[in-house]
Amino acid sequence: MSDRTPRASGYFRTGYAQEMALTKTRLERVSLFTFIALLLVYPYVASAFYLDLANQVFLACIGALSLMLLTGYAGQVSLGHAGLLAAGAFTAGILFKEFGAPIFVTIPAAAVVGALLGVIFGLPSLRLRGLYLAVSTLALHFVVVYLGGEYETKRGFSTGITIDAPVIFGFRLYGGKIWYFILLAFAAATLLICVNLLRSRTGRAWRAIHAHETVAEALGISVAGYKLLAFVISSAMAAVAGALFAYYRSFVSVEAFSLFLSIQYVAMIIIGGMGSLLGALLGALFVTLFPYLIEAALLRLPDAQSYAGVLFAVNYAAFGVVMILFLVFEPQGLVGIWRRIQTYFLLWPFKHKPVAGARK
Amino acid sequence: MQLAVNIIVLSSIYALIACGYVLIYRVSRVLNLAHGELMMLGAYLLLATASSFSGNPFAAIAAAVVLSLAVGVMVYVFLMRKMTGEMVLAAVLTTVALGILLRGVMVLIWSAQQQYPGQALGFSNPAIALPGGGRISTFAAILVVITALTYAALFIFLRFGRWGVRMRAAGQNPLLAAQRGINLHAVYALAWGLSTLTGSVAGMLIALDSGLTNTMVIIGLKAFPAALVGGLDSLVGALVGALIIGAAEVLSIQYIDPLLSDVIPFLVLIVMLVVRPWGLFGTREELDRV
Repeated sequence: MSDRTPRASGYFRTGYAQEMALTKTRLERVSLFTFIALLLVYPYVASAFYLDLANQVFLACIGALSLMLLTGYAGQVSLGHAGLLAAGAFTAGILFKEFGAPIFVTIPAAAVVGALLGVIFGLPSLRLRGLYLAVSTLALHFVVVYLGGEYETKRGFSTGITIDAPVIFGFRLYGGKIWYFILLAFAAATLLICVNLLRSRTGRAWRAIHAHETVAEALGISVAGYKLLAFVISSAMAAVAGALFAYYRSFVSVEAFSLFLSIQYVAMIIIGGMGSLLGALLGALFVTLFPYLIEAALLRLPDAQSYAGVLFAVNYAAFGVVMILFLVFEPQGLVGIWRRIQTYFLLWPFKHKPVAGARK
Repeated sequence: MQLAVNIIVLSSIYALIACGYVLIYRVSRVLNLAHGELMMLGAYLLLATASSFSGNPFAAIAAAVVLSLAVGVMVYVFLMRKMTGEMVLAAVLTTVALGILLRGVMVLIWSAQQQYPGQALGFSNPAIALPGGGRISTFAAILVVITALTYAALFIFLRFGRWGVRMRAAGQNPLLAAQRGINLHAVYALAWGLSTLTGSVAGMLIALDSGLTNTMVIIGLKAFPAALVGGLDSLVGALVGALIIGAAEVLSIQYIDPLLSDVIPFLVLIVMLVVRPWGLFGTREELDRV
């Protein structure tokens, strides 16, 4: 994977080991470790509310990364991501309710269910493309959510399934701080898996399929296999995110997995910037925090109390506007803005982009 | 008998909404996922005009219909026009975003409570007894008639109307159409206008029949499988698709499980996508990639 931005002043790599290194310059290493240190210190300084926000962001990051693999890299559009999250959450919930299964059974089980669903979600992709595929995943979302709702009503959990805090080696996983580290670990692991998948043969195959299916086939890539693989991996990750979501909230209900959630995930990868893992993270951060920002902004207005009842409507409207603005004016997403800033400082005091590294 | 009546009414609802999806897709290859919201907007527009034209219900309806046409044209001119030349998927996601925006705005303006534009206009909605023992509410009957009229009008318009021919031409080959002097933007705007108009009429009639809440969007979304099963670019297909979806839904509610009502259209949709993705009457097209 070649760099799209000139990060150092030249190309100094002399061996494969350097080529494969995740961080390439000292600045990158330093900023990475600073960032990790900040993440580790954060739970000790943040209040419960901000801790919850961070946890939500981590959950969204896992979901957004998995969708980014599928849509941003493999080019398979999915409007049914919430269905996969729901599947994971319900797997965890049902296994817990019916069998009292511990967390180290339910989470792998959620991954397996997600992978199986990924095959089902992915099968249409062998015949359908683009729009039609999006529609088929949309339809599957409704089916999965219906099955979850059916379980809820038939088993008498019509308001939702409650899950107890999981216990590992006699240690109860409860409270924002513990979950912060668990979710951070999962998000980081997901990110590492994604990064390494994309650097490997699989990632290159996905991008080839995205660029041109026929050519990819002609190059000897098993298009059907890699497409299904994309769906399987992405769905398994999403299902794990769903299961974690269920444990974190200690509550599962179909209400939480509406079509709007699917759209939010799509919005994350659009707003973040298609075809970039950093974009998925930025998008997850933005979309998760957005409603809280709106709320905070509304509360600053005069007679704030009168807005309390319509807050969700304001959120909807503002979210729609932001999504439209990004689609129309900044199709590259937040990553596009980030890269522009980066380039500006790299080239300072000059303004011209280098021709060779010119970006689309 | 009542079952047959239910099927026909539900199918008419789906058919009237589905022709909106078909119009836009056929002309511009864009899937309008905000159609449900636009339909609901039509119903709310009727509510708004009902209060300003009190005492003259038909003027209120006419005003709402004209307004909805204007809304459709404006959506194209101010939003979708910017998406021409972009990826199809970007355009579709723009309509999704538009839908979310509209939903929020509608709740802000009209609140999320159930409302009855029929009462506001002073209409009553008595049930009509049909020969054979079925019953149908007046507005449901009107809806069936209007669906039939709308389809007849659209067939004639697309077949013989000057603008109808232009719309078909633009749908078949936009480049050639533009080179032959067809104003593509005008054609697309007209398609959006007409689509919103038919959707809004459906929304108004449903609202007059059974009241208006913000859950109406679901009906619009469920009409989408009808359009796709028939073939996204075929009006006949939309009609047949609506009949299939309507029948499947009513029968499964009757004989299997009422909870299925929200899923059946999408199950049919999946089956259709697997078997024949371009629909019963649709053109087999090169399905494009992202």
